[in-house]
Amino acid sequence: MTRPVDLKYSPSHEWARIEDGIVTVGITDHAVEQLGDLVFVDLPEAGTAIGRGDAFGEIESTKSASELFAPFSGEITEVNSELADDLAPLAADPFGAGWMIKINISNPDEVSELIDLEQYEELIAREGDH
Amino acid sequence: MSEQPTLFELSRPGRSGTEPPEPDASLPALADCLAEDHLRQEPSGLPELAESSTVRHYTRLSGLNMSIDTNFYPLGSCTMKYNPRINEVVASNPGFSHVHPLCEDHELQGYLELFSRLEKMLAEISGLPHVSLQPAAGAHGELASLMMIKARCRERGELERDVVLIPDSAHGTNPSSCTIAGFKTRNINSGEDGTIDLDSLHEALGPDVAAMMITNPNTLGIFESRIDEISALLHEAGALLYMDGANMNAILGITRPGDFGVDVMHFNLHKTMSTPHGGGGPGSGPIAVTDELEPYLPVPRIVRSEDGLELCGDRPLSIGKVRSFFGNSGILVRAYAFIRAHGPEELRGISEHAVLNANYIRHRLEQAYHLPYDTPCMHEVVFTAKKQKAGGIRALDIAKRLIDLGYHPPTIYFPLVVHEALMIEPTETETPETLDRFCEAMLQIAREAEENPDLLKAAPVTQVVKRLDEVNAVKTPILTCPCDEQPSEVEAG
Repeated sequence: MTRPVDLKYSPSHEWARIEDGIVTVGITDHAVEQLGDLVFVDLPEAGTAIGRGDAFGEIESTKSASELFAPFSGEITEVNSELADDLAPLAADPFGAGWMIKINISNPDEVSELIDLEQYEELIAREGDH
Repeated sequence: MSEQPTLFELSRPGRSGTEPPEPDASLPALADCLAEDHLRQEPSGLPELAESSTVRHYTRLSGLNMSIDTNFYPLGSCTMKYNPRINEVVASNPGFSHVHPLCEDHELQGYLELFSRLEKMLAEISGLPHVSLQPAAGAHGELASLMMIKARCRERGELERDVVLIPDSAHGTNPSSCTIAGFKTRNINSGEDGTIDLDSLHEALGPDVAAMMITNPNTLGIFESRIDEISALLHEAGALLYMDGANMNAILGITRPGDFGVDVMHFNLHKTMSTPHGGGGPGSGPIAVTDELEPYLPVPRIVRSEDGLELCGDRPLSIGKVRSFFGNSGILVRAYAFIRAHGPEELRGISEHAVLNANYIRHRLEQAYHLPYDTPCMHEVVFTAKKQKAGGIRALDIAKRLIDLGYHPPTIYFPLVVHEALMIEPTETETPETLDRFCEAMLQIAREAEENPDLLKAAPVTQVVKRLDEVNAVKTPILTCPCDEQPSEVEAG
C-alpha cells in the first residue's frame, strides 16, 4: 500500500489529515497489519474534548488491545460510526474509509510534534526487529 | 467439535446418576424459605445423565488435553513447570487437607508453622525481610503491593505521587493493576539491547512518580543489568521499585531483588515453585517487602507469642485483608514442599538449568528463526517469525503447527515490543532428548514454511479441533446451550 505523503504521522501509528482547522485521524496500514485480525474498535462520542497524546479510544485484535492516541488537542466533532459494526473498511482502506475521528483542533502548533511520511517509514523499518 | 457431544446433548429427561434418600424429617416448603422472586419458575436446565456417562464424558475429554504431564509445554512467561508428585503427597496429608478454615489459632499450629517458615524462605530468596502469603495470584500480588504503595503515599502526605512507570515490555497485568489501585501509568521505552532505556527513565521521572514496576529478567528474557542504577534513580526521586516476580525462575539463589534495590515484589508460586496452574489449580502470589513497607502488609499477620503462633489483625496502617482466610493454603503447602525438597543449592541449580535449557534452544534455532535481540538469554528466549513472514507465515501458523507435532505452542505475540514474537521457555526439568526433539520439530516447521506453507496455514490438522475462527469466537460467541428452547446468539459488545 502506498502511504499518502500529504499526511502527518505519529510514532504510535496514527495519521492526521489537516484541513482548515479540522483534523481527520486514523491509524496506518502498518498498525493494521501489526494488529492482525481486528475484532473491536471503541471510539468516543462526538463532542468529547481531547488533549494531545490522550487516549481517544481502543482497538482490539485477536493478538492484543491497543489504545488510540489523539495527535492534536481539541474537540471531537465527528466519529466514523460505521466502524462500530464492521471493521472491514479499516482493514481495506485505513487512510480513507477507515478514518476514525475528526477533531476541531485548538492548537495548530502541535503539528510540530508529528512526523512526515519519510520519518514514519524510517521508524517502522527499525521497530520490532532490533 | 461434533464428535464430542456436550453434557447437554447427552442429557435425557428424567435420567439421573444418583437417587437421594427421602428425607426423614419434614422440610418446610421452598416458598416459606425464599422470597418469590428468588424462586425458579422453570426447571434449571441442568443436564440429566447417568453417572457412568458423566465419568466417561470427562475422562474422554481429559484424554484430549495437552498438559505438562503429557507434552513438552514451553509457554514463555508462564513457567509451565512440571508439578512434582511429592507436592501432592504432602498437601494431601489430612492435617492440611481436612482443616476447617474457621478453626481457632491454637488448632492451626501446624498450618501456621508452615506458613511462618514459608514466609521466611521467600524472604531469604527475595532478600526482602517481610512476606504476606495472602494474594491468590500474581496480579493479585501486584494489586496488593500497589495498594500498599498508595497507602504509603497517603501516610506521607504525598498523594500527588499518582504515576507508576511501566516499561513497554511489561506484562499487561502491570498497567491494569495500577489503574485499579488508582494510579496513572507512564510508558518507559526499551533500548536497542532490550533493556530499560535510561534516558527514557530520566525523562519520565518526576515528583509525581510513586513507583516503577519492572520484571527482571524482563519479558524478553534479558536481565536488566543496570538495575542498581535504575533503583538508585528511583529512590533519589522518592519513588519505590516494584518487581513482578514472574521470571524468578531465572535467578533463584543467584541474585536477590532486595539486594538490587527492589522495595516490594510478588512471587508466582504457581510458576517458580512448581504448583499447578493453567487450569490445573489456583495461583498464589505472595508479596515480599522492605522494613519500610512492612506496616502496610495485609492482615492478619502471623506472630509468635508465648502460646505459639497466632494471627494478628491489629495493624493500623495495613491495607486490610485481600483474601479470605489465609490465601490458597493448599498451594502454599505445595510450594513449601517444593522448596524443602530441593534446598538452597538445588534451588540455584534449578535456575541454572532453566537458563541453560533456554540458551540451548536459542543456539539450536538461531539460524532458522530470527532473534530480535542477539544476546544470551535468561530462562526464556524470544524468536520472531520474521524469516518466515515473507512466505506469508505468521507466528500463529508456527504455533498451530507445533500442536500437530505434539508440542504445546509457545507464547506468541508477546512481548508486544517484538513483532511476530515466539516466546519459548523450556524450564529446568526437560531432558536434552526432549529439547532436541522440540528443536527438530521447530526446524521441520521452518522448512515447511518454505516448501509447504499451506500446511502451516491449515494447522492443526491432526487434532479433534482444527483451526479455530478466532475473530468470530470473540465477536459472536454463542452463549447458549442446545437445551434452551429458543436458542439465540448473543452478540457481544
